[in-house]
Amino acid sequence: MKGIRVIAGREVRSLFLSPLAWVVLAVVEFLLGYMFLAQVELFLRVQPRLAGMDNAPGVTEVVVAELFRNGAVIALIIAPILTMRLISEERRNQTLTLLFSAPVSMLEIVLGKYLGVMIFFGAMWGMVACMPLALYIGGQLDIGMYAAGLMGGILLTGAFCAAGLYISTLTIYPAVAAISSFGLLLLLWVVDWAGKSGDTVVGNVLAYMSILHHYESLMEGVFSSADVLYYLLFIALFLILSVRRLDARRLPH
Amino acid sequence: MNDVNTSLPLVAAERLSLAYDGTLAVHEVSFEVRRGDVLGFLGPNGAGKSTTMQIITGNLAPSAGRVLIDGVDMLDDPKHAKSRIGYLPEHPPLYRELTVDEYLLFCARLNQVPKERLRNALDHAKLRCGLTACGARLIGNLSKGYQQRVGIAQAIIHGPPVVILDEPTVGLDPIQIRDIRGLIRELGNDHSVILSTHILPEVQAICNRVQIINNGSLVMSDTIDGLRQRMQSSTLTLAMRQPPGVATLLEIPGVLNAESLPEGRFRLHYAPTQNPAEAVVERSVAARWGLYELIPERVSLEDIFVNLTTTENEVVVSAARGEA
Repeated sequence: MKGIRVIAGREVRSLFLSPLAWVVLAVVEFLLGYMFLAQVELFLRVQPRLAGMDNAPGVTEVVVAELFRNGAVIALIIAPILTMRLISEERRNQTLTLLFSAPVSMLEIVLGKYLGVMIFFGAMWGMVACMPLALYIGGQLDIGMYAAGLMGGILLTGAFCAAGLYISTLTIYPAVAAISSFGLLLLLWVVDWAGKSGDTVVGNVLAYMSILHHYESLMEGVFSSADVLYYLLFIALFLILSVRRLDARRLPH
Repeated sequence: MNDVNTSLPLVAAERLSLAYDGTLAVHEVSFEVRRGDVLGFLGPNGAGKSTTMQIITGNLAPSAGRVLIDGVDMLDDPKHAKSRIGYLPEHPPLYRELTVDEYLLFCARLNQVPKERLRNALDHAKLRCGLTACGARLIGNLSKGYQQRVGIAQAIIHGPPVVILDEPTVGLDPIQIRDIRGLIRELGNDHSVILSTHILPEVQAICNRVQIINNGSLVMSDTIDGLRQRMQSSTLTLAMRQPPGVATLLEIPGVLNAESLPEGRFRLHYAPTQNPAEAVVERSVAARWGLYELIPERVSLEDIFVNLTTTENEVVVSAARGEA
């Protein structure tokens, strides 16, 4: 399994050698920083009123959960851009042959690529996670809620990247991969809009399929293993599909 | 390596076939490469050279047949089989954003070169390919010839017993071609090399075995000495000032046929074992034919190649029609 580390290392190196990674990190940090500050300002304005209420939402719910929610939206937009290159660009530049000819399995290639892009998103969420810590200057955080939200964000991004990686194995055109993954992710995001009104079976199934639905409960600080399992299964499904897709050319027809 | 392995061929392709949408890109190709062989793999464009190489290196699955690398089956145990191969595809798989050193170290790690030998492997590969001075340069900024060298360095960095090079000299200038050929010849000393090309002199210059593929099938497989014998054809051309008639020439022992060419020239066909050159000279002196030119005609590799690939073409076409 050393191959995974080598491939992930190359992926991260190439990513950070291009301006893309730095620009994405800078833009994300700027946008989320702005949103964070706006939310803090809002909280300060409504704080006197909240103080009088029973069971009022705390700073973590108002500021931190909102920050992570915005982080998820941004991840939805940038994940397709970062995953589009993973396989399709290598196929286009014909560098995939190097990996296919080396003594590494398809699983190692897929996991290496996945790990590489997740290291990038780890860095992104790491930066996002630092912002709420600043609130310690003037108050307390609900650490459980904060951790559940952060984990949810990382799991959600992991799901985005797994789906993006799979789509990237389907085409040699990175742009096509990006748009397709974006479409797929957005569909999974809003799939529960249909049947939302009634409490029908279809509505419940669609709600359960929604990638955001499971994030919401983690965001509220409810750590349910079913939600975590949903993401892990989602990730595993798309990684296995990717391996099978890459293996298709190598195995006898 | 143990004794069992030395007796095995390093590469054994057994009846490889590959069908794309009903057409056979490769049809029942079998061959072996032994330790120390430099095998030239010839064929016109689109004959199936690259496809065969992709099958041997495990990039493409054959529809039928199998590949054994050093006795290891490519489909059953791809990891071990692939670790014994260094492969330079038609388009060198280079990451343009990396430096030569970064790239080669990545390739070495990918091919499981142990950590303590990494530095050594890198220096060795760079030395072999004349890249010692370019370690810190970006691959994207190198000239095509140097990129090709990086591609070859990538294929040999882990010291594989088999090196497979797919058209390594395409698009290079004559000096670069000469350098790369020298490098390949050197590789032949301690690796087995399979070299695909459609440039014929390249094969004569470097290889000790040749095989020609056309329309997906092997049409010739021979050693370079065998090829030389094929190239000695059994014709002589003569030029004489007072030429005798064709009938007189036909009387010379060993001459099977004589054709009259313009300007008092003749072409004599003879049985391969009976060269009538001496007899022709003797008669010419005795009968004062004024012989001033006597040339054994040689067939070039090009002729053999054209002959095999064009006639086979028709055979395959008619065979295909017969099946239909």
